[in-house]
Amino acid sequence: MENEAGALSRVAGLFSARGYNIESLTVAPTEDPSLSRMTLVTRGTDEVIEQITKQLNKLIDVVKLMDMTDGPHIEREMMLVKVQAEGDRRNELKRLADIFRGRIIDVTDQNYTIELTGAGDKLDAFLQALDRGVIVEVVRSGVSGISRGDRSLKL
Amino acid sequence: MELTGAEIFVRSLEAEGVEFIFGYPGGAVLHIYDALYAQDKVKHILVRHEQAATHAADGYARSTGRPGVVLVTSGPGATNAVTGIATAYMDSIPMVVFTGQVPTHLIGNDAFQEADNIGITRPCVKHNFLVKDVNDLALTIKKAFYVATTGRPGPVVVDIPKDITADKAEFSYPGKVEMRSYNPVQIGHTGQIKRAVKLMQTARRPILYTGGGVILGDASGPLTELAKIMNFPVTNTLMGLGAYPATDSQFVGMLGMHGTYEANMAMHHCDVLFAIGARFDDRVTGHIEKFCPNATIVHVDIDPASISKNVKVDVPIVGCVDNVLKAMLNEIKGNDVHSDAVALKEWWQQIDEWRSKDCLKYDRDSEAIKPQFVLETLYKLTGGDAFVTSDVGQHQMWAAQFYKFDKPRRWINSGGLGTMGFGLPAAMGVQFAHPDATVACVTGEGSIQMCIQELSTCRQYSLPVKIINLNNGYLGMVRQWQEFFYQKRYAMSYMESLPDFVKLAESYGHVGMKITRPADVEGAIVEMLKLKDRLVFMDFITDKTENVYPMIPAGGGQNEMILI
Repeated sequence: MENEAGALSRVAGLFSARGYNIESLTVAPTEDPSLSRMTLVTRGTDEVIEQITKQLNKLIDVVKLMDMTDGPHIEREMMLVKVQAEGDRRNELKRLADIFRGRIIDVTDQNYTIELTGAGDKLDAFLQALDRGVIVEVVRSGVSGISRGDRSLKL
Repeated sequence: MELTGAEIFVRSLEAEGVEFIFGYPGGAVLHIYDALYAQDKVKHILVRHEQAATHAADGYARSTGRPGVVLVTSGPGATNAVTGIATAYMDSIPMVVFTGQVPTHLIGNDAFQEADNIGITRPCVKHNFLVKDVNDLALTIKKAFYVATTGRPGPVVVDIPKDITADKAEFSYPGKVEMRSYNPVQIGHTGQIKRAVKLMQTARRPILYTGGGVILGDASGPLTELAKIMNFPVTNTLMGLGAYPATDSQFVGMLGMHGTYEANMAMHHCDVLFAIGARFDDRVTGHIEKFCPNATIVHVDIDPASISKNVKVDVPIVGCVDNVLKAMLNEIKGNDVHSDAVALKEWWQQIDEWRSKDCLKYDRDSEAIKPQFVLETLYKLTGGDAFVTSDVGQHQMWAAQFYKFDKPRRWINSGGLGTMGFGLPAAMGVQFAHPDATVACVTGEGSIQMCIQELSTCRQYSLPVKIINLNNGYLGMVRQWQEFFYQKRYAMSYMESLPDFVKLAESYGHVGMKITRPADVEGAIVEMLKLKDRLVFMDFITDKTENVYPMIPAGGGQNEMILI
């Protein structure tokens, strides 16, 4: 999208006006400062997705659009999880973080904060693996996606 | 040369060839008004409510094909304009609306007469711009006109803070503008066009379903040629009336909720549907599941998002309607393509049988004035050649049914949004564009009161609009629904405390007439048309409980019409 004020609002407004749901959304400038890249996750039938794609393309701020799920692609999401980490639990949590290739980035007597990156289902699995009562806070970044191989979203 | 933002604004409008700007002044736009005062190329028309400014610009645009231009102040000026902007958005009308804004350092501060114009209009414009630097002003205006008038047209809002209009910059109006994110497709896909033409050859029960897109794309000529060569039946949507000559024998009438019996039946039973510049709106399709059950559908539209939005189509063709139709004609003439004459003979026989139902008949012997009779008489006495604007409701439907439009851009009404109050200000815009033409505003006593203050504007600019008020003392369309579907519980549909419209018109310096007997209708309209230089308010007291037929009820298919 054009890196202009209001571009994000236009996309969000389009979804809400037409009753489509945004599951997650992330946006940031690209290597070209006049352009920003938004990755948006939504769910729907083929007809709905086709309509969403067409409506997005209509927006003047949207320069180019690609449906990542059209081909093989990589999804990455980041998560920060604060967990209660007292006594015996500390070892257990450290082991779990290692298994998932996460990193502990903050430590107190009471808590660890773990940083984890991966596809959405890996992050879901990590949260599942944790004991419910142990989770203090979770913050997820939203999914970023890029296609595999030579296929690219660029001008 | 260094100019102020206000001067750049005016010079940009001149460069765009803008004749009229419809507006209402206010604090945030005072510098602009000062610059407008100092010149006379762009004529500013002062309305009495910003809603009327947008509808007037809209009527101007619909009747000429050129973009309508509006200037309103910040805060309430802009919010008053929203209804008109949404009206233009729903019907894809090219319009550029300039809204004043508080100075840039006050934006977001809850300043006096501040409103988030960009935020408020975002869902009902094709695009909008906030000018934050006077050096961007000319280019932004160029982009605004470009976006508004190309591809599928639509309203564009340009929000200009007051300090920008005082700041100075070098002025040079860009010759061309290119926007990397906006490249409307013009030419249809050749393969798809060939497929469509092949279907024309083999269709046994074809129909051309044509809409507002044909008029916006100035494609009446190629459409008419195509229909005549192929001998196909043609139907128009409410927005498409006039795209094909209504007096031609191949025209089967308007289709949809209040369309003719023959048009709706032909649609329902067709085997190939050619949708041209129309968008399968719910007023046309009736219940979607029941729509055109046996048809292969070809859809020509400039907007890819309209294709297969409501109804899955088989041969989509994205492109400018005019180009696509011409390409089809080339294909037809180049390959000597003919339609199936034998099948069509049978199809036309069936259609004539449906026509014999005379679905638009009404009681011609009534002692009360029938609104249909007024419209028929208007049609006859204007030679079918007037510009007719309309408000919204039963009167609108009767105008669409009984005034046979042979030319595009003559029928001016709010179809998509259905905005009451549209008729009179739109008529003003049309009259400015066509000063010597007869412009009739067909309205009801509910709708006309919504922008009645514009009688003053008409006086100021001596606009000889002819107002045909079909006064039945009810919000007719609402009353009809309440009669049919709410067991006659007439909640809030009775119009009381009406003014004496004749006195009201006269108080504004116009001519008023009240007609209560059917025998007086024709004479009154003759007299009205003689008064070429005056606005005439014709208050026809009509039958109170007349209903619009046919009607496709909610949930009904096109073949499930209620008939008289």
